[in-house]
Amino acid sequence: MLNLPIYLDNNATTPMDPRVLEAMLPYFIENFGNAASRNHAFGWKAEEAVDYAREQIASLINADSKEIIITSGATESNNLALKGVFEMYAEKGNHFITVETEHKAILDTCKHLEKLGAEVTYLQAAEDGLITVEQVAAAIKPNTVLVTVMYANNEIGVIQPIKEITALCKSKGILFHTDATQAVGKIKVDVIADGIDMMSFSGHKMYGPKGVGVLYVRRKNPRVKVTAQMDGGGHERGMRSGTLNVPSIVGLGKACELCRLEMDVDTARISKMRDRLEQELLVIEESYINGNTEHRLPHVSNMSFKYVEGEGLIMGVKNIAVSSGSACTSASLEPSYVLKALGLDDELAHSSLRFGLSRFTTDEEIDYAINHVKEAVNKLREMSPLWEMFKEGIDLKTIQWAEH
Amino acid sequence: MAYSDKVIDHYSNPRNIGTLDKSSKQVGTGLVGAPECGDVMRLQIEVDEVTGIIKDAKFKTFGCGSAIASSSLATEWLKGKSVDDALKIDNMDIVEELALPPVKIHCSVLAEDAIKSAINDYRVKNGLSPIEDNKKHY
Ligand SMILES: Cc1ncc(COP(=O)(O)O)c(C=O)c1O
Ligand code: FES
Repeated sequence: MLNLPIYLDNNATTPMDPRVLEAMLPYFIENFGNAASRNHAFGWKAEEAVDYAREQIASLINADSKEIIITSGATESNNLALKGVFEMYAEKGNHFITVETEHKAILDTCKHLEKLGAEVTYLQAAEDGLITVEQVAAAIKPNTVLVTVMYANNEIGVIQPIKEITALCKSKGILFHTDATQAVGKIKVDVIADGIDMMSFSGHKMYGPKGVGVLYVRRKNPRVKVTAQMDGGGHERGMRSGTLNVPSIVGLGKACELCRLEMDVDTARISKMRDRLEQELLVIEESYINGNTEHRLPHVSNMSFKYVEGEGLIMGVKNIAVSSGSACTSASLEPSYVLKALGLDDELAHSSLRFGLSRFTTDEEIDYAINHVKEAVNKLREMSPLWEMFKEGIDLKTIQWAEH
Repeated sequence: MAYSDKVIDHYSNPRNIGTLDKSSKQVGTGLVGAPECGDVMRLQIEVDEVTGIIKDAKFKTFGCGSAIASSSLATEWLKGKSVDDALKIDNMDIVEELALPPVKIHCSVLAEDAIKSAINDYRVKNGLSPIEDNKKHY
């Protein structure tokens, strides 16, 4: 039985796995202790649970449990990493390198630091969304302290050449941070093999609870430190104060364990569905995949259906929950800066849909989505003056548009 | 954002989608917006030679649901009106009828512009001067 609407927006957030909820439940009422209470069993139980969760989290990314700093999510982790490095390493330098297609939690933090005297280089991604290690090398200066490049992009899913970049950073003695929110739990991320110094991720993108996340901070080769942005009781090795959110941490731990154990099976199944969805939708005339398809997350597809506008299309596919890079879907009425940064024609940027699959997506749902999208695109093209012009062989670039 | 029932109705059952012969002297065509902005509206009217009444109106729109609904509604309102009365259609009437939220007001502005532009095309074709649009939109 198909339950409508179908959720295909798993890059925005995932549903929680019922097994995660089950793991969390005992920590609300029965085991409610403060993990920092050292004097009684209530505290010990909570601490034990947190320690166990920390192991589960660490083992997903091949880290040591002491390297896991719990935060409220990737936004906070990104803030802590960038602001914390800016303060901690101020004597070493003030230059950061990042990429135009990063999440706002990185870009806006960089903007904030620029006001405080940081110098930031924003690398331009190629048309397929990737940057090269040569671009990073060319941007390095004597005062560069941090390179931050997202592991995988949240709109198009492209995976950056992390290993090459970390090798370069290591050779220059520069710290490397990655926003791996979309990658952790979906593909193999190994902080040792990948050479990562700091890494942010969030529970709710990997079937865990919302409002909990991690900043991985390397303790050896090199030992990395960040200045706390939240002062208080000195929790999380002094880097992030605040009473630990035990149930959510337990949930995040469980979510990490499930991802570690089931990733291979999930990925094989999900990528097959994603590929089928894409192949079927590519049959639609003038449809395109945005971003590199070789270095890409297995569960994301970003496609443009030329001559139909994204928000109109989303309204047409009301039985599936997806998102669009169209201006009209955003409060600012600006089209997706990620798609724009790739140099995509504005028309294509306005015509994009992002599909994000999950471990709960079924083949029937994909079948339904394929038909639903095809119908909506056809219907909207019937009412699109641009489609009519295209069909008449008129080059839209030759028309004098009455700009608004 | 949730859409009003009227927007959904026009979006699901758009009135008067289509194309009129733009070379005809009785047909006025307005093409407004731009693909880069994510909205393009083409609105056409056909004016009765004898009575000066708009006897047919058609549209095609590339844009969000509110833009599609605004243009669909505009064609409904245009039919049966004299050209002069058609000029009085105000974007705020559309906003009100469709209960558009503030971020969607520009979709209605586009519809009003499309009406004016179609009327001017018709006027110029028939030896009249185009009407200046001095209106300020909010
Ligand atoms: C790449 C990336 N970074 C950071 C975030 C922010 O995560 P959170 O909202 O959990 O803080 C997101 C989620 O929207 C994301 O996709
Ligand atoms: S056409 Fe862009 S918001 Fe309506």
